Amino acid sequence: MSKQLAYAVARIRALEVSLFSDSIIDQLMGAKDEPQALSFLEEKGWGDSQISRDPEKMLEKEEEKIWETINELSVDKEKFSVLFYPNLFHNLKAAIKAIGQGKETWQFFYDDVELNRDEMMEIIRNKDFASLPEYMQEAAKEAYESFMHTKDGQLCDVIIDKATLDAIYKDGKNSGEAIISNYAETTVAVADIKTALRSSQTKKSLEFVKRALAKCDTVDVEALAKAAQIGVDSIKDYLRTTVYADGVEALEHSPSAFERWCDNKMIQTIQPEKYNPFGIGPIFAYVIARQNEIKTVRVILSGKRNQLPEKEIRERVRQMYV
Amino acid sequence: MSGLVWALLGAALAVILAGCGSAYGVGVAGQAAAGVVTEDPSKFAKVLLLQLLPGTQGIYGLLVAFITLSKIGLLGGQAADISMTTGLLICAACLPLAIVGLVSAIHQGRTSVASIGIIAKKPDQFGKAMLFPAMVETYAILALLISILAVSAIQV
Repeated sequence: MSKQLAYAVARIRALEVSLFSDSIIDQLMGAKDEPQALSFLEEKGWGDSQISRDPEKMLEKEEEKIWETINELSVDKEKFSVLFYPNLFHNLKAAIKAIGQGKETWQFFYDDVELNRDEMMEIIRNKDFASLPEYMQEAAKEAYESFMHTKDGQLCDVIIDKATLDAIYKDGKNSGEAIISNYAETTVAVADIKTALRSSQTKKSLEFVKRALAKCDTVDVEALAKAAQIGVDSIKDYLRTTVYADGVEALEHSPSAFERWCDNKMIQTIQPEKYNPFGIGPIFAYVIARQNEIKTVRVILSGKRNQLPEKEIRERVRQMYV
Repeated sequence: MSGLVWALLGAALAVILAGCGSAYGVGVAGQAAAGVVTEDPSKFAKVLLLQLLPGTQGIYGLLVAFITLSKIGLLGGQAADISMTTGLLICAACLPLAIVGLVSAIHQGRTSVASIGIIAKKPDQFGKAMLFPAMVETYAILALLISILAVSAIQV
């Protein structure tokens, strides 16, 4: 009975009313410049009266509001761990590079994760990998040793990025929740496709590509790695045989169109949760929807700031959840 | 075992099972209603009505129990001398409402939660939102009807 989360889901339903729809995004697009767009966002309740009209602070505040809401709902935050892994593994990556290069202040760390800057730095400095969560230990050791021997930041990134995707995939499968499992699957598959494309364009070896690709159910990593060796067209041909076939069209259009397609794919994955009255699904979907909304607003504000043509901004605008 | 015990058991089941179902239904719908009111207190009246819908099965249980108790003379203070067969008949007559009351109240509560979700997003669709849980009520009313007819028809 406790898994029904009737209170939490109903509250999320009420909050979904204030999510940005495609028409609100159109109105934001209609702002003539960044200050006007910020003013529009303030009218919609974005940011905080305490902070100045700083776009980054406004977006940070909105991100904070998501987790403040989730904390108030008293739901198990473990269910959202797949969303925290990228930032947590980023801290690991940053700590290894900071220690390895002896330039501790050069790296950016996230504070809102299980191990913040100081804790992660302490662990890596002491090579105390056993103090890391189990799913990080092996990758941390391997990445640390490889970076110390080769100073190859890219290899370190590959090892840790793959470990991130493996952790997301495993956690998604073990969550027992269809939406989290689907989210994890889509995240890993899309990341694999992006990695294959980059590897193909930079002519990486088969061994390198295989090492970088994380296992998932909807993409055959062996076939994708081999396709990456032949070229981008071969990757497109392979994708046409998968559930990601409609991404090929976006890929042919432009890299930013493909990025947009990836995010839209995620939103399509969570769409059914709009009609689910119980369970963690609608709450998880709300978090993804809010993050997608913040990402879209960031793209628009950045476009307005740099006076990009509307067509170029629109190409990057994501599909909304509501 | 005296027939009176069976008759009492029937009345008790009607109250207990239908009451448990209603308690669950009103409880789960109340949680959802509280969630909506947390964000938008102006929707209180609408969600309260939806929360109350699964409570009717408990009232039907009480009604059947009253009729049963009246039938066997317990309400008048003088219990009738009931044969085992008659007691079992009265018990069986109470079962439709007891069982259907339990199941329908649970489902009505869950449907109310879904309808409260409609109110959260589209409060102008209140009429339609009310209809979905109200449809579940049909089966509780049918069971109530049969239980009342059956209890009333048994000769004591």
